[in-house]
Amino acid sequence: MNNLLSLNNLIKSFGGLTAVAGVSFNVAEKSIVGLIGPNGAGKTTVFNLITGNYRPDSGNVIFARHDITKTPTHEIVSKGIARTFQTIRLFPEMTVLENVLAGCHCRMRAGVLASMFHTPAQRREERSAIEKAMRELAFVGLDDQYANLAKNLSYGNQRLLEVARALATEPRFLILDEPAGGMNDQETADLIGLIQAIRSRGIAVLLIEHDMHLVMQVCEKLVVLEYGAVIAEGTPAEIKANPLVIKAYLGSEELD
Amino acid sequence: MSSITSNRLFLPVSGAIFFLCMALLPPVLGSAGLEGGGRYHIGVLNDIGLYALLGLSLNIILGQAGLFNMGHGAFYAMGAYTTAILNTVYGVPILYTLPLAGAIAAFFAYLVTRPILKLRGDYLLVVTIGIVEIVRISLMNDVFGMTGGANGIAGIARPELFGFRLVSPEHFFYLIWGFVAFTVLLFRMLENSRFGRALYYIKHDELAASGSGINTTHYKLVAFVVGAFWAGMAGTLYATKMKFISPVAFSFSESVLLFAIVILGGAGSIPGVILGAFLLIGLPELFRELADARMLVFGLAMMVMMIVRPQGILPLRRRVYNAAKQVGKYACAIGTQKLAPPAPEPATDTTTPPAPQKGTGGAA
Repeated sequence: MNNLLSLNNLIKSFGGLTAVAGVSFNVAEKSIVGLIGPNGAGKTTVFNLITGNYRPDSGNVIFARHDITKTPTHEIVSKGIARTFQTIRLFPEMTVLENVLAGCHCRMRAGVLASMFHTPAQRREERSAIEKAMRELAFVGLDDQYANLAKNLSYGNQRLLEVARALATEPRFLILDEPAGGMNDQETADLIGLIQAIRSRGIAVLLIEHDMHLVMQVCEKLVVLEYGAVIAEGTPAEIKANPLVIKAYLGSEELD
Repeated sequence: MSSITSNRLFLPVSGAIFFLCMALLPPVLGSAGLEGGGRYHIGVLNDIGLYALLGLSLNIILGQAGLFNMGHGAFYAMGAYTTAILNTVYGVPILYTLPLAGAIAAFFAYLVTRPILKLRGDYLLVVTIGIVEIVRISLMNDVFGMTGGANGIAGIARPELFGFRLVSPEHFFYLIWGFVAFTVLLFRMLENSRFGRALYYIKHDELAASGSGINTTHYKLVAFVVGAFWAGMAGTLYATKMKFISPVAFSFSESVLLFAIVILGGAGSIPGVILGAFLLIGLPELFRELADARMLVFGLAMMVMMIVRPQGILPLRRRVYNAAKQVGKYACAIGTQKLAPPAPEPATDTTTPPAPQKGTGGAA
């Protein structure tokens, strides 16, 4: 299968701390890959390196055969990488619909003058953006909440709203940072179905998640990080049996 | 076009009523038997109009994009001096200088704000104070031998509209408030657009905005350019109204006053900014008899306001989209996936749990 995303020997340190120490892995097109590891292993830093929020000290990020290592965040989004955040970052005082319209932004064209005079083309674009936003809201099951303020949604629904906003950017690759964080069992079960539905739209998914049940069920491939380095890579079954991973998560046997 | 917003009517109707009442004011004031035929009152209203215009232009930068610009007077001065120089030296008619004054102010904003857009909050504020002071001191020192130094530029012509020369305060009243009405209309449309939303996203969470694909640097720059363009045009109106300009009119305190108009009225809110102009320019005139005490009372009132109502008197009311027709129209991926093993069973009977997955389902 073709690689959609390749990370090649990414290194990032903050002061004296090396958060990511030579990480390399690939994500195939239309696959679901999980990035797991103990707290502080550098998972979110890897995400921030992919999305351009951080610049790596060395190494590169190749997306759809283009080097995006130095591309600004907003351009990375328009190239087709969308993300959600570990700590929810919605626009709490805006309506649910307007939050999703933020994602539509990069696929719209109207400039300042068209916006100031509400030209016919601008109005058409606004209408189709609202339609697209409503379609994404329906996809995550929030279309009836469209006029609510984002802050009034339940925690689980806020996470879903972030997914809808990310999907509205029309990504080829979606990065989910702990999507099940704060969700109850039912919501987590729904999330598994949602992630699979996203993949069946032809979108590859990379996710960080601590809920091992979800990860093992939904991911085709897992990458395990510890101390900023990849210690294992493989199918969920392989990872479960890998002694290095067991050691990283549970400590070595003699400790017990 | 179909109604995509529900509170679409309230603001346009109240706005139309407001501007209609304003249009009737000069004849009413003229026949009210005031001293000097109400000219003083019209003059105050003209000042309020100019500050409303400047406040609206700053509102795009400070209110909507959340960029702490305390040097807005610099763009205002650029516009006023552009008009003054073009008119007195090159004899360009005033109204032709209007777009040029806007363009020069906008270009100036583009040049000086481009390097500082990465600065946040208070840091940006300090730099913009520097900009307005540099502009004022340059004007004072007769930069390029064109600004007339501390004496300023006198003899600026009156504007002519289709052969009609605007001279009296009443004429300027209609020119200024007509321009305010036009600006309100355009800025309201701008607010309800991709551009207006982008500024709102940037103001509230820059990281989330760029993560959603918004070019934050670009929009901040455009906010400065549009705001400066309008401030430059307000400068033209000021120059032709006064016939004389000097650096004193563009001191740092003017920029602070504009800042206060936007924040007090309600940052980001167009009606709020206009109310702010009425309060901050109109009220001190109203209480002129109190002499020096009025500024003390005024300062205290502002402090109380900011403590009691920090969001401003008339804060921004976001447009509410009406997409009710589209609810339930599109496919949902939640709970419909047969692939998802713990499918949401409606009204679960604990008696027969359908093969619970790893102990999550049947724990009831």
